[in-house]
Amino acid sequence: MARETSGLLDRHLSFIEALRAAGLSVSLAEDLDSVAALGAVGWGDRAHVRDVLAATLVKKQSQRTTFDALFDVYFPALVGDGVSTGSSSEASEGDGADGSGVRDNAAALQAFRDQLVEALQSGDQQQLQRLAAQMVGTFGAMPGRGPGLSSWSAYTALQRVAPQELVDRIVAGLLGDSDADARETEVRRLVNRQVGSFTTMVEDDARRRIAEEKGPDHVADVAIRPSIDKFAFTAARRSDLDEMRRQVFPLARQLATRLTKEHHARRRGALDFRRTVRASIATGGVPLTTHHRPKRPHRTDLVVLCDVSGSVANFAQFTLLFVFALREVFQSMRAFTFIDHVHEVTEHLRPGSDPVDVLERLAAASSYAALWGRTNYGRAFAKFEEQHADALGPKTTLLILGDARSNYSDLEDATLRRLAGSVRRSYWLNPEPESSWGAGDSAARTYRDIVPMVECRNLTQLQEFVHDLAR
Amino acid sequence: MTWFSSPTQAADRLTQAGYLADAATATTAFLAGALEKPLLLEGPAGVGKTELAKAVARATDATLVRLQCYEGLDEARALYEWNYKKQLLRIQAQTGAGEGLDWDQTHDDIFTEEFLLTRPLLTAIRQDEPTVLLIDEVDKTDVEVEGLLLEVLSDFQVTIPELGTVAATRRPYVVLTSNASRELSEAVKRRCLYLHLDYPDAERERAILQAQVSDLDDRIAEQLVATVGRLRDLELKKAPSIAESVDWARTLIALEIRDLDEKAISDTLGAVLKHASDQERAVKELLLDKR
Repeated sequence: MARETSGLLDRHLSFIEALRAAGLSVSLAEDLDSVAALGAVGWGDRAHVRDVLAATLVKKQSQRTTFDALFDVYFPALVGDGVSTGSSSEASEGDGADGSGVRDNAAALQAFRDQLVEALQSGDQQQLQRLAAQMVGTFGAMPGRGPGLSSWSAYTALQRVAPQELVDRIVAGLLGDSDADARETEVRRLVNRQVGSFTTMVEDDARRRIAEEKGPDHVADVAIRPSIDKFAFTAARRSDLDEMRRQVFPLARQLATRLTKEHHARRRGALDFRRTVRASIATGGVPLTTHHRPKRPHRTDLVVLCDVSGSVANFAQFTLLFVFALREVFQSMRAFTFIDHVHEVTEHLRPGSDPVDVLERLAAASSYAALWGRTNYGRAFAKFEEQHADALGPKTTLLILGDARSNYSDLEDATLRRLAGSVRRSYWLNPEPESSWGAGDSAARTYRDIVPMVECRNLTQLQEFVHDLAR
Repeated sequence: MTWFSSPTQAADRLTQAGYLADAATATTAFLAGALEKPLLLEGPAGVGKTELAKAVARATDATLVRLQCYEGLDEARALYEWNYKKQLLRIQAQTGAGEGLDWDQTHDDIFTEEFLLTRPLLTAIRQDEPTVLLIDEVDKTDVEVEGLLLEVLSDFQVTIPELGTVAATRRPYVVLTSNASRELSEAVKRRCLYLHLDYPDAERERAILQAQVSDLDDRIAEQLVATVGRLRDLELKKAPSIAESVDWARTLIALEIRDLDEKAISDTLGAVLKHASDQERAVKELLLDKR
């Protein structure tokens, strides 16, 4: 009684598996939902299927990129060379095997680039999609590589065609001879964006071809980048940082609420006897509703010490932004940056000012923090105690951000102990994986015993830290 | 009753109700009805999350019940409450009249429908007519409230200790909106369909503007959409939303500005950007004359 299988269910199941492997928590309930939903909508239209699966399986926008990439791998839009073989008659000249070894010469490259310029000028998405497939097929083919190596490369294709170099030509073409100056920035922006999206198309197509060859599971394992909230700060690219920044401000607001939570949890103050009695008149003298005096808000002072040395450059940029976001929500906060010398940057973090400007000014100001140019936690703590001890008090929460790599210098752990002892609470966020704490010149193990240290490598962990503060 | 018969029909009816939905939105709106599952909408402020719920209600002639969430929202405000004052009056009236009713009788009397104050969640569940239940800004609530929502969202029922379980005779169409300022619990998310609404593409935004603002001519609509698009690309504290571009269009109409040149932009920038630093940045980036 074995039922005829189309393979669709298997494909669906391995897709779900891949999503789970990529870090999305897809439960059985959601899996069932997605199948029910597909039943309601049908398999007719690929875009519909994508929307349906996204609605039922993805529950966080930051995971959407991962989902889309995997969807393209498991449910590709076209197979083989797809339409691209039919797009020109020259394809038949070669040996016909997936366009490998065909037409890859200087003349073909020139012709292709002309075609691409035209397509980018008209902005015809379908044509671009076709060209992306053709580009990988022709210029990204790497036949004859050893087993286990992929035979398609988006990198090679992009190197050869170099669409970025075409931008000037396209801009010039689009502007024509009309009022050039006024529109140039605008047009250039649009063209840059289009070239960017074309690059993504090429990368997607290469991934699709590799998936076809080796099976989607292989690609899902190696080629899919983790979603943004799992991405380590230290390994982030420029564009990742931009996306991370957008998530920082809400996090800072959360941290602020957590730190002042006591006052929220027991919002009710002492009983307001007068008001309670007055209100009880309405109910015949029975005090049904009690009224309370408002409680004095509890004030938390925050002091942030941020390592801005080269080894944590990305992390520093991110954390400075985090600190800036904190500044917007805390009434009282002081921030210091250090490498081997402490420098106060509170004044640069004026609430309401522009984040981009602030980061530029911070970068300039932070250069003062380096006298000798090498991270020295011990000296930084000693200097801090010497010059800014007044910043710490019994109401203060101390937050230290850094990797605790101190170039084998004197750690001054006694100083840190004094600092931590004079405040209400202290935390240390370390961007290194916990496994490498204490390795090499890392003083994480020493400092961990004094200040509670938390591994904070990505947005998820930062979020967890903020969340755990509530306990 | 089914809410929508197909994604295409959902799109058509939403358009008639004045909401221009893209394909993903229409499909998800259809699914929420077809699978009878709550729909969780996330996205930046002002992209039309609440508006979608209202449009669904308009398009299907359903009643809209709205629960606006806030920090400190509790069971008594979300589900139901007993009318203590009235109960007390009843007890006093009975003792005053000298009727020697025993306690059991009184107890049964005062925990009846008559003394129940229904709040949005219970109201929506007890409705016999088609109902759209909008749970707005669910991320503003405390975590405990999510526990309260779970029973409602998965089984469409509410348990009142004194009365028993009230189950929905007709399942409401539930829409939850969130600005993602707090991560919702896995349990809530698992029960919901998810849709992230983002800023629309230029073409759709122009269509929305022209649908919302009468006598907006093509040229200025196009200029406006392009400018708003550029503003969203800048790193602003609060990127302009659809609601704000609509406001801007209305401002331009009111001021009878026919051409969105640099002067017009800097004069009316206050309609779209609500932070001083954002305005400064925009002026700098858009290369405007400083007055």
